[in-house]
Amino acid sequence: MNVISTILQRVLWAALLLLAVLILNFSMMHLAPGDIADTISQSMGGADATVMAQIRSDYGLDKPFIFQLGTYIGKVLHFDLGYSYFYNQPVTTIIFEKLPATLLLVLTAQILALIIGVLLGVYSARNRDGWASHFVTFFALFGYSAPVFWTGILLLIAFSLKIPLFPVAGMVDVTVEGGFIAKFIDLLRHMVLPVITLSSIFIALYSRLCRASMMEVLETDYIRTAKSKGLSNREIVYKHALKNSLSPVITLAGLQFSAVISGAVLVETVFSWPGLGTLALQSIIARDTPTILGILFFSALVVIVGNLLTDLALRFVDPRVRGH
Amino acid sequence: MGTLLKVENLVIELSTTKGVAPVIDDLSFELQAGQTLSFVGESGCGKSMTALGIMGLLPEKVGRIASGSILFNGEDITKATDDRLREIRGNDISMIFQEPMTSLNPVFSIGEQIAEVLRRHQKLEKAAAWAQAIELLDAVRIPDAKRRASSYPHQLSGGQRQRVMIAMALACEPRILIADEPTTALDVTIQAQIFDLLEDLRAQTGTAIIMITHDMGVVAEIAERMIVMYAGRMVEQGQVDHVLSHPRHPYTKGLIDCVPHLMATLTEQRAELTEISGIVPSLAEFGQDTCLFASRCHLANQQCLQARPTEQHFNEQQLVACWRAGEV
Repeated sequence: MNVISTILQRVLWAALLLLAVLILNFSMMHLAPGDIADTISQSMGGADATVMAQIRSDYGLDKPFIFQLGTYIGKVLHFDLGYSYFYNQPVTTIIFEKLPATLLLVLTAQILALIIGVLLGVYSARNRDGWASHFVTFFALFGYSAPVFWTGILLLIAFSLKIPLFPVAGMVDVTVEGGFIAKFIDLLRHMVLPVITLSSIFIALYSRLCRASMMEVLETDYIRTAKSKGLSNREIVYKHALKNSLSPVITLAGLQFSAVISGAVLVETVFSWPGLGTLALQSIIARDTPTILGILFFSALVVIVGNLLTDLALRFVDPRVRGH
Repeated sequence: MGTLLKVENLVIELSTTKGVAPVIDDLSFELQAGQTLSFVGESGCGKSMTALGIMGLLPEKVGRIASGSILFNGEDITKATDDRLREIRGNDISMIFQEPMTSLNPVFSIGEQIAEVLRRHQKLEKAAAWAQAIELLDAVRIPDAKRRASSYPHQLSGGQRQRVMIAMALACEPRILIADEPTTALDVTIQAQIFDLLEDLRAQTGTAIIMITHDMGVVAEIAERMIVMYAGRMVEQGQVDHVLSHPRHPYTKGLIDCVPHLMATLTEQRAELTEISGIVPSLAEFGQDTCLFASRCHLANQQCLQARPTEQHFNEQQLVACWRAGEV
């Protein structure tokens, strides 16, 4: 009961936040220099004044800003994000076509980073002076300092060109024949490098935090109690200590979710991954305002949903957050 | 009643930045089944170290048992494997700690934390362990135990948490319960309740209790035998009534004189409340071949500074390590 009302409250806030993001995005695009009608006419190879006026009235560009904003919000409420000048398709259609690829990349990278990060963190906290501990410290420094596009390019050179283990670009190889399994393996091969690139920085982040938090938890009184009960080391570490040290990691993972998405834009570009990132870059270059707004809307949505899930995960892990 | 625990010439060393210090220096004592034995002394005298040594929970890499033996039912647990120690811990010997506020895991329900011990040692099924956990909560007088079992530690008061710790420690009906200053962090009224509870449970289960405290009042109330520790060494041990009425070591006498006596202040001339001047020596001074209490002792003479006092018996039950014991 309590949980449900809290969730409903959060969802309501999320909707309001999304509306604010929508207004802000639209206003910023409106403030950006340049005339959208120019962009549209460019793709037709230029136009005279009458055609320009026609375009303006067709797209409602001659109306006052508030009116345009109102129309846009009204459309979005009906799940209509407008029509792309560049792709000549409804924006929702384009986004839904690209969204699965991005979600696949982002979620795989995030989950992988969490699992590896936590395991590395736990291991190095238990063996403070072991090689893994030093590796985590070194790797974290590397992960922080290396920009993802650079890591991506290096991996490409190493494992696609010098040692051709993985494909250079794209998400699927259309020449691959065979059933579902062959296609799935092909997809996995394409995913390896982009996922490693994107998750490396977050593995670094999470493992470092998990190590610190685990080391702190292992010193607490309740771990001493767990030992005094005669529990095995595995139960002490993976049951009693881990659940306590996860809270900061989950919080950080939630905060970093937006960073994962912005990282995906770069990674997708480097690996020509056919997702929202590539689409974002192309539509920015093409000055395709409705598509840009649509992508911004969707990334805001994904971040808000991510934060909501983080909240729920924290409530699950730590009863004190539930607050009775 | 047989001898349950026999500690012989136990030496526990702690590595510090300044070298290795014997925090327990040649300690011997016996605990009979069902007996309550109290360790007394100021902070830093090695009371808790003794407890952790028996539990096999000395701080990793820093603390170790250097020599001596701890015989539990005739088995030397200083030589036991980690697996064997884990079987003993929580099952045959269990412990409750000084800090009830932080000794329970905040992310598991109290019922689960008790049931876990039962599943581990008694091999109970999940449902049976939970049912038994509720019974135990009831036994330590937690009201509405059935509903309370699903509570988390942060929903309980300090006194209730210590009750949960007691329920957890007694879950497997251990032969020995070590209580390390179990009431120091609690209100005085709650303290009395906790001691009553421990006393009742001891009467029911026959568990021997090692009570660590710095409170002479507690010792007088619940213990049968007592050991006074100073700077890692036993200075005096014996029957509580003997030691309290005829302390043979100046440190024991000092500790007793520190306790305000309620009846005396009401009926007689108010006695001057004394203190033992000076402080416990630092770890670096532990292990010296002198009387470590000499610097704070008004009876100290040349002999006290030249050799460690040997242990001498008084009326067969009382053991004192002091060169000037006869003059106290």
